[in-house]
Amino acid sequence: MSGAAGVEGGPRTRTGRRFAGVPYLLLLPGLLWLGVFFVVPMVFLLSQSLQTGTLETGYRLTFHVATYSDALSQFARQFLRSFVYAFLATVLALLIGYPLAYAIALKAGRWKSVLLVMVVAPFFTSFLLRTLAWQTILNSDGLVMRFFRGTHLISLTSALGWTNGNQLLSSPLAVVTGLTYNFLPFMTLPLFASLDRLDPRLLEAAGDLYASPLTAFRRVTLPMSMPGVVGGTLLTFIPAAGDFINSQLLGNPKTAMIGQVIEGYFLRINDYPTAAALSFALMVTILVLVSVYVRRSGTEELV
Amino acid sequence: MTATVGQRPPGTRPAPARRRRSPWTVLRENVVWLVAALALVYLLLPNLVVVLFSFNKPNGRFNYTWQRFSLDAWLHPCAAPGMCESLGLSLKIGVVATVVATLLGTMIAFALARYRFRGRTGSNLLIFLPMATPEVVMGSSLLTLFVSLGIPLGRVTILIAHIMFCLSYVVVTVKARIAGLDPRLEQAAADLYANEWQTFRRITLPLVAPGIAAGALLAFSLSFDDYIITNFNASNASITFPMYVWGAAARGTPVQINVIGTAMFVLAVLAVALGQLAGRRRTGVR
Repeated sequence: MSGAAGVEGGPRTRTGRRFAGVPYLLLLPGLLWLGVFFVVPMVFLLSQSLQTGTLETGYRLTFHVATYSDALSQFARQFLRSFVYAFLATVLALLIGYPLAYAIALKAGRWKSVLLVMVVAPFFTSFLLRTLAWQTILNSDGLVMRFFRGTHLISLTSALGWTNGNQLLSSPLAVVTGLTYNFLPFMTLPLFASLDRLDPRLLEAAGDLYASPLTAFRRVTLPMSMPGVVGGTLLTFIPAAGDFINSQLLGNPKTAMIGQVIEGYFLRINDYPTAAALSFALMVTILVLVSVYVRRSGTEELV
Repeated sequence: MTATVGQRPPGTRPAPARRRRSPWTVLRENVVWLVAALALVYLLLPNLVVVLFSFNKPNGRFNYTWQRFSLDAWLHPCAAPGMCESLGLSLKIGVVATVVATLLGTMIAFALARYRFRGRTGSNLLIFLPMATPEVVMGSSLLTLFVSLGIPLGRVTILIAHIMFCLSYVVVTVKARIAGLDPRLEQAAADLYANEWQTFRRITLPLVAPGIAAGALLAFSLSFDDYIITNFNASNASITFPMYVWGAAARGTPVQINVIGTAMFVLAVLAVALGQLAGRRRTGVR
């Protein structure tokens, strides 16, 4: 039995004399589910985007590619805005999440598990409720608003176009705050996972070799945590780009993101081809961005 | 490697000598803690607001500003029309989706972690893709599938969608646990004449169980909390709790939704605390 361990050098295999179909039998039901309810719908989505007709009279596949150019030129602003907001939220989440993950992984000692639970704790309450809570936190009678008014920060953010007039809510600032907040745990957990694996002796060795703490961080800690950075940024950027909860609940019509448009065109306007074209374009754009990013950062073995 | 250790004055990196830390180090350590503390406040403030406002008695239809303390909502949690029905539906869908996704996901995890076979890379990709796809895209593509095939939207379509997006997360969670197992434990079982089934049932499965439990919990919370995908695949007769909250955000937010949010939060914290205690006792006995 123990001989099996050496077969490939990788994870131990238990096959050998066993029936070779076992892995396929284990995979079949789950992969079938993903095939039928994830891959096939994508084909339907693509096909829908190339059809013409109405929901009442039915659709016919006419390979009407112009739907794409029409939809994308009509909603270029919302499309671009989604990626800008998602990018801002990702950068902010990285700047906030990295010190947090660093403190928990390398400095917390026996408080590690308590702090980890605190990072996950937001998930224990429905995210819609928590996003609504931001309406309470940022509304015009709240403490945050009073602070912004007292320090005249509100005039600064208004001048920059981050807020409109004398309020924090219904503004780009509120939407990005909400997006950053909602996806911060998704950034922090992968960062923690890779920082937690960091051998502290590497940092001691760097110190022994006369590296300043800053150099040690730049040359040892940061490169070693790159898988966490890549994983965390993906887990933040992808859902943030498609999100419309934050822009709907915390924003105004001028902060509308592409998810809002897709949802509206599918469920209220019932213009399926336009909505499908936008949805498919969003998917393709994200896949392209992600594959370029993953290739550039050189960590292809993510999952 | 160790030759330089003696020349270096103590007090460079981690703990050993605490007295001769440079001011820069002190500042840096505190900066990290300061940012971490602020980050935790940022993360937990909304939870606090949800709890606090479950004791509010708002004047109008919206529960956004603090008026006065009241236990009304806690004493009459189902007074908000339709809310408890939506909660029940969410719990039912959550449980069924969790059971199916955990079962299918665990099987996939074992296949991927324990076997080498043709199509492994493709399978990994298929598992990864749903996690790298925005929810709007998954929700809308399923909608086009169901509408094109004339399948009526409702509980069944919601359930299908939930199992689909929970599956990958279960696979990843369980696979990580299997990969982290010490292979010597199974080898020892085999050395003690356990056959493969006995080894699996008495050694492997108990060791993987925490991973399966974590995957199931993750699946349940994903399912229970999902709004975007659910909204695309639901009908007016199948309103889940997140859909109810979304509707409430436009119509007026009853305090009762905060009661549910608070109750879930407390239950989850208790479950985590019990899990930690159980884990500590188990390791303590050894």
